[in-house]
Amino acid sequence: MQWNSASEFFAMGGYGLYVWGSFGVTVLALVIEVWLIRRRRAAALQAIRDEHGDGASAAR
Amino acid sequence: MNNRVANWFRFASPQNFYPLAGRLWPLFAMLGSVLAAVGLWMSFFVAPTDAQQGEGYRIIFIHVPVSWMSMFIYLVMAAWAGLGLVFNTRLSGMMATALAPTGALCAFLSLWTGALWGKPMWGAWWVWDARLTSELILLFLYLGFMALQAAIDDPRRADKAGAVLALVGVVNVPIIYFSVKWWNTLHQGASVSLTRSPSMATTMLWGMLIMSLAIWMYAIAVALARVRCIILERERHADWVRHAVE
Repeated sequence: MQWNSASEFFAMGGYGLYVWGSFGVTVLALVIEVWLIRRRRAAALQAIRDEHGDGASAAR
Repeated sequence: MNNRVANWFRFASPQNFYPLAGRLWPLFAMLGSVLAAVGLWMSFFVAPTDAQQGEGYRIIFIHVPVSWMSMFIYLVMAAWAGLGLVFNTRLSGMMATALAPTGALCAFLSLWTGALWGKPMWGAWWVWDARLTSELILLFLYLGFMALQAAIDDPRRADKAGAVLALVGVVNVPIIYFSVKWWNTLHQGASVSLTRSPSMATTMLWGMLIMSLAIWMYAIAVALARVRCIILERERHADWVRHAVE
């Protein structure tokens, strides 16, 4: 391992902004994508419940 | 038709594919998470510092995987679109539609991480170079595909129109891949090739390959979860949907 301390790790030899900017935005993008799919699923299920007019029995 | 073939075609129906996708996506999500954990650990703690680029080169562990996936997802998307045109199966169009947003995201991330890598190493966020420009065109192809489908109300017609666009756009993928050979470019050549040994340390190579597998598994999980939403949206009038969600 090439890191002697946590601050050295986060500094990335002076490239911290670029390295963490790359990995950070990627992680953020994946989290947003998963969140959007969950929201889309909830909306689709709600539409089905509304369509079949039995809000009480539809679940999951 | 023999049984094995009949079994495969069974899953071409959205009704049968919906529960299968529901069982499969958590598996791929789990595989992706484990691979990402191992891959990130290798990227930051096992792979050595680069002799020329110091720690800045570590962007490679995310840049190369998302770039590969942006091209690969496009090929898979176009293949599903083509299948849909030939066999007129509903699920094929839905799979193509489900893959497009994830492909667009990978293309965007490829450009984003590339810009963050280009700035410290080349001194420029962006240059109008063959590799970068053709990757930007790939992002526009994904966005064009999504916009075209969104503009057409009838889903079957949207599938057909999108499929034609996706298939025409395939020509761009080899252009991206070979751009570093065909043109004089600032972008470095391929780090990994089938015909010669890789020009990098073994641990770097493994980190990159494991990260690529992780993104691959993630893309499959997300596409399956999204195609389930699309099936619910398009088939909401069907009886089986009501029973499936009850």
